[in-house]
Amino acid sequence: MFRWRGQDSHNLDGPRHPAAVTVVAAAMVARAAGQPGPATEECTPEGPRMKLPYVEYEAPSTVAEALELLAEHQDEASVLAGGQSLIPLLALRLARPALLIDINGLRELSEVSAANGSVSVGAMTREYVAEDSETIADTVPLLAAALPLIGHEAIRSRGTIGGSMAHADPAAELPAVARALDAEFVVSSKSGDRVIPAAEWFEGYLTTSRRADELLVEVRFPAARRGTGVSFQEVARRHGDFAIVGLAASLTLSDGVISDARLAFAGLSDVPVRGAEAEQLLVGERPSADLFDEVARQATADLDPPADLHGSSDYRKKVAATLVRRGLQAAADNADERQ
Amino acid sequence: MLDITLSVNGATRTGSAEPRKTLADFLREDLDLTGTHVGCEHGVCGACTVIVDGRAVRSCLMLAVQAVGSEVTTIEGLGPDGGMSTLQEALWDSHSFQCGFCTPGFVMQAAAFLQAHPDADEQQIREALSGNICRCTGYQSIIDGVLLAAERNRQS
Repeated sequence: MFRWRGQDSHNLDGPRHPAAVTVVAAAMVARAAGQPGPATEECTPEGPRMKLPYVEYEAPSTVAEALELLAEHQDEASVLAGGQSLIPLLALRLARPALLIDINGLRELSEVSAANGSVSVGAMTREYVAEDSETIADTVPLLAAALPLIGHEAIRSRGTIGGSMAHADPAAELPAVARALDAEFVVSSKSGDRVIPAAEWFEGYLTTSRRADELLVEVRFPAARRGTGVSFQEVARRHGDFAIVGLAASLTLSDGVISDARLAFAGLSDVPVRGAEAEQLLVGERPSADLFDEVARQATADLDPPADLHGSSDYRKKVAATLVRRGLQAAADNADERQ
Repeated sequence: MLDITLSVNGATRTGSAEPRKTLADFLREDLDLTGTHVGCEHGVCGACTVIVDGRAVRSCLMLAVQAVGSEVTTIEGLGPDGGMSTLQEALWDSHSFQCGFCTPGFVMQAAAFLQAHPDADEQQIREALSGNICRCTGYQSIIDGVLLAAERNRQS
């Protein structure tokens, strides 16, 4: 069943992932020009054929050991958390680390705790655990609203909060939540800890400001104030798919007036995008359908989302406006309930 | 190669594997448990779903080495010795499946879900099975089977 295929016929079966097409195409162009392109296939000839590429493996049992390994191997290593994004990347040969540092044994990174208006979520907190967490439901309702929309049940069994944030897929739910709430990312390295605000964490497609020797250990969310209503809206091709456009929305009402508004979009750029202009229009106003219509129009007027096979730029823009309307109305409705 | 010891369907099993070997491949190739099917191999289709420590997981997105010390249940271990579980009987009675490729994944996902949510309604069952792909049935017969199983579980 597993047939050895030579270097030049490796893509006979055809890649099944849009990103894989890009990499294979780049490799073919480079080869035609006589240059080494990005590697698409490599198998140790003496070993059996396997789905994942050859990789070394370490499973540290303490954070200190993990930091030691990261310091030694830097960007040759990939950190394996829940594996629900990294293992597909390995399977499709889009990621080729020399070493996997498996942090599933770091129990100390699975704690959820609330103190002084801030909620700390350990990086290895599994998504299903966060989904069932009363602390998160009570104090970070926007995170609680987004969690059930991530992949499917079996994906959330393994997937982690820190893993999704470090993977930084711009169409994913959790990065948009972090951006909307101005979450903070705590990273550790042998030279100490850093706290990075969400605005500086997401740098580009699948890229964060984490240095190669750093490990994401914790994500801190501000606890929602009284009178806060939230909504996570998304439009996806199929249930559980990545969003074509997603929206994290949070409104805080004081005496019927919006005192705080937070919006962040998923799927509109290479990073989650904050709707700062819309937020300014909302603060100081009373919630109404007319207000939300106006904000939806203005907030999306200057957007220039990317086009792909799932939707044109114009379509995404229209979806974004619809989601702003729906998200703000839903957030205003449940803010009333929470007052 | 790493030594791998884990519990599969209630029995302690050992083997050795490279770190990059997925749990799905380890079950099929090293333990000869070929009931777990491998479809897309990147977490999209759900065919390889097994139960690890009580939770449904994609065995293609977990390394065999990560299951060391875990309790794994595969389709082979669901029913009583050679027979079918209540869930499997109900799916059989409902003509839930056709070609059978996606079947073990659906059954394991449904088994884990009914264990945790014995009173689930149709909408919750649809949601729970939404990560599994079937190209034959149009899904309704599968939902019917799981609903029937839930009903029979409640009666017994």
